[in-house]
Order: sequence, then C-alpha cells, then structure tokens
Amino acid sequence: MRKYKESLMKYVFLLAACISILAVVLICYFLFVNGIPAIKEIGVTDFIFGKVWKPSLNKYGILPMILGSIYVTAGAIIVGVPIGILMAVFMAKYCPKKLYRFIKPAVDLLAGIPSIVYGFFGLVVMVPFIRENVGGQGYSMLTASLLLGIMILPTIIGVSEAAIRAVPDSYYEGALALGATHERSIFKTVLPAAKSGIFAAVVLGVGRAVGETMAVIMIAGNQPIMPKSIYEGVRTLTSNIVMEMGYATDLHREALIATGVVLFVFILIINISFSLIKRRGEK
Amino acid sequence: MINKATIKQKLNVYKKHPLSLLMCLLVLVSAIITISVLGFLIVYILVHGIPYLNLDLFAWKYTSTNASMMPAIINTLIMTVLSLIISVPLGIFSAIYLVEYAKKGNKLVSIIRLTTETLAGIPSIIYGLFGMIFFVTTLKWGYSIMAGAFTLAIMVLPTIIRTTEEALISVPDSYREGSYGLGAGKLRTIFRIVLPSAVPGIASGIILAIGRIVGETAALIYTAGTATEATGNLFGSGRTLSVHMYSLSREGIHVNQAYATAVVLLLLVMAINTVSSLIAKSITKNRQ
Repeated sequence: MRKYKESLMKYVFLLAACISILAVVLICYFLFVNGIPAIKEIGVTDFIFGKVWKPSLNKYGILPMILGSIYVTAGAIIVGVPIGILMAVFMAKYCPKKLYRFIKPAVDLLAGIPSIVYGFFGLVVMVPFIRENVGGQGYSMLTASLLLGIMILPTIIGVSEAAIRAVPDSYYEGALALGATHERSIFKTVLPAAKSGIFAAVVLGVGRAVGETMAVIMIAGNQPIMPKSIYEGVRTLTSNIVMEMGYATDLHREALIATGVVLFVFILIINISFSLIKRRGEK
Repeated sequence: MINKATIKQKLNVYKKHPLSLLMCLLVLVSAIITISVLGFLIVYILVHGIPYLNLDLFAWKYTSTNASMMPAIINTLIMTVLSLIISVPLGIFSAIYLVEYAKKGNKLVSIIRLTTETLAGIPSIIYGLFGMIFFVTTLKWGYSIMAGAFTLAIMVLPTIIRTTEEALISVPDSYREGSYGLGAGKLRTIFRIVLPSAVPGIASGIILAIGRIVGETAALIYTAGTATEATGNLFGSGRTLSVHMYSLSREGIHVNQAYATAVVLLLLVMAINTVSSLIAKSITKNRQ
C-alpha cells in the first residue's frame, strides 16, 4: 500500500512538472495556428515589410510597429544600461552596508511597481514636461524611451550586481596591490570578468522593453505610421494588439494575433540568446 | 571596504587620477538618479493622490459618477486567490519533482528547465493573447474571472517553481538522511521534513507572485474583461484594480480617481514588498 502511494505521488509530481512544457506547447500552438493563416493571406512580405496599417482598407503592414518597438527599445537601452550598470557597481563596490539595507529594498520596489503606475506617472509628469521643455506633443518616442529606460533599471541592476559579486575578490585585491585605484580595479579587472553576466542583464532588459505594453500605450502616442523623429508618436507591436483587439473582427483580428506571433518570435530569440550567454558564462 | 583610507588620502589619489575621479562621480550620480527617480515617483503620486481618497471611492457599487474602486478591489482579491489556488500546488509539486526526484542529466528535466525559463521571459501581453484565444474563445468561457485567473496562473508559475526550487535545495541533506534513518519513506520525508523547513522561501515566492498578479493589466484586459461590477460569478467578467486604473486614465474623465487608485496600488505593492523582504531577512538570520 505504501509503496503504491509512493510511486503514485512520484507520477503526480512528474505530471505537475510537465505543466510548464504543456503551457509552452499550448501557447505556441494556439498563437501560431491563429496567426499564421493571416500572415499567409496578407503575404509575408506585405505583412512584415508593409508600411501602411489601415485595417479599414485591408492594408496590414506592421513595419511601422516593428521599427517602433526596435527604436523605443534602443532608446530604453541607451537610457537604462549605463545608469543600471553604474548603479550595480555602486551597490556591489561602493555602498556601505548600512546604506545597502535601504537601497536594496528600494531597487526591489522599483521592480515591483506595476507598469500601469509607471505609465500613469509618464502620462501626468513626463508627457507635459517633454511637451513644454523639449518640444512636440509630448506623446513621443523620446518619452517612451525615457520611461522604459527607468522601467528596465531594476532588471539590469539586479542581474549585473549578481554578476559583479560573483567575481572573486582576489581580482580586485590583486589590482589594488599593483597600485591601481579603486575605480581602475573595478572598471579594468572586475567588470571585464563579469562581462558575460552584465551582457545577459542587458539582453534581459531588452526583453522587458520589447514586451512592455501598458506603460508604452499611455505615453507613446500610438500613431500607426512610420516613425520619423524622436519627438513624434510611435506605436509598438505590443500596443498595436491592445489598441485594436477590442473591436477587431475576422482578418483584422487575425492580423493582430499575427502581430503577437511576430512579437513572440522576437522574444523567443531574445530568450534563447539570454540562456546561451548565461550558460557560456557559467562554464 | 578592504582599503580603509582617510578622506584626505582618497582626495590625493583622485588628484593624481582624474579619470578615476570621473568614474567615481559617474557611479555616484547614477545611484542618485536611480534613488531620486523612485523617490520622486512615490512622493508625486502620494501627494497628488491622497487628497482624492474619499469614502465615495470605496462605495460598494460602481457608478459613472463615483468611479468606485471597491468592486475592482474585490475582483482583485478573487483573482489573486483563484490564480494562487491553481498555480501554487502545481508550482510546488513541480519544484519537488525537479529537486527531490529528478536524476542529474535527465533529458526531461532540462526540457522542463528550458520551458520554465521560456515562460518567465514571455511578456504579459502574449499571455493575454493566448488566454483570449484559448480560455475565452476555444473553451468558450467568455471574458471571465476564471479565464483571467488561469492566464495569470500560467504567468506566475515560473516564479513559484524557481523560488520553491531554491528553498528546497537550501534544505540540508542531513535532514533528509535523518528522516530516512528513522525509517520514514520518501513521501513522508518530503511532506513532514523538507517542505516545512522550506516554508519561508516558498512564502516569499508566493508573495512575489501576488505582487505580479495585483499589478497585471495587459494579460487581463482581453481575458477577464473590463466589467465594472464585482462579480460573484467566476464565469462573469470583472476588472481588477490595475485594469480599473487603466480604464480610468484612458477615459480621461476620472483623472482624480485614477490618482487615488494609483495611491492604493502603490501602497499595496509597497506592503507586499515589505512583507517579502521581512521574510527574506528571517531566512538569512535563521541560516546564520
């Protein structure tokens, strides 16, 4: 009886463990089955490289949104990566222990704030600020990049800090003993040794920025046109889905799901490169 | 700090190495920027939102004039409990398999690890799309709390699996050996010895998951829908607090109420974070 129960529970655990496989398979299957026919009907090149998105005229080109996502993400990286890495250096190598007890929860809180609150903050603070001090409508690629740069900070800080801390102290001490300053030791010996971890942090940050939806939709303007300048509005792949899914039918709806498929493929590529980098770093 | 130097000595060093001084300043500036952005965001929302918090906002019934968030709060509660009921047992069982049963180098295990990592990286809007296609349309549940809860359960699954795994791994093997030595079976050892000592770690994972569920918007708009009522019916549509806030700020009529909702959300998240860091602290203390 006991033996029977033991082996039964083993299979129950195994079954539970397989749920994540099942989930990934289901997500892939349902996204692709619902999205691919639309891409076929519109035509792969017309869909991915089409410059016009006008569902009322049966024109479904998502190039503006692909570029929008890429530009906004690039902006977020420019804003977030330098600050994030330097902050990670501060937390690992500068911060006194007493201060660390306050800073660490603060960074965790930065990660925990819902994206809708970030978006609201962007809407009521950053959009008017950009409009009055920089120019344009305020709902712009610039605003979105700045806000996303802030939002990916905790990701980049967390992963890079862990990478910096994983470097043996002897590296740092050795550099000091050779007469290098505190900064030189950190930036010339510790950071290069933590390179792959920091790179993984950046890739993870890219994933966050590409997938962010609610914050971007509130501040980016969402015009489905080719992005021209950083002061003008932009629509990303994610916001395209949320903006129109509510009333879309037939081919329009499928085209939106297909937009999700393109986004999903982007994310998968980013994920795979992240785990490859991480694995190489562990070796 | 390994090199304890006086401030004067440090300044002398920096005089000789201007580049080092520059890097030091950059590091400090980044730290100040990060902390002040967070401080500004919290203070701004609290200062502008707290004056609008009033009893009308917590009225039991939502009307277009009071824009009450009470139904949304109730929905958030139901959604959180329901998602956890689905995801916590699955997540814990799955971690038990990975840590206690799986043999090293097992192919299935590496596939499970890979898929869990993949799930962790998928953005919430993709979960929302999948939930809409699968639960809402294919299973014909319609926009419902149930569809939303299942979608969120899949979303937080990797968080729970990962934290439980870490908690189980950190339980010393001597506990297990002691239990086997006394004649307990594997199952008994897991449920009576290993799981109880891993509880704090598992709890911090669950709290992290609660934080994600409370703050989630994109995965819910097209699964649980945006109905303003508190629904007792699990197959009825209902908006959570985050979705409520999104609708308010998009309509643009209830901006004050949106501020107040932001305050409530922010306070909730801060409370959740405090609890999880308290638990984390107690874990490290116990280990020492």
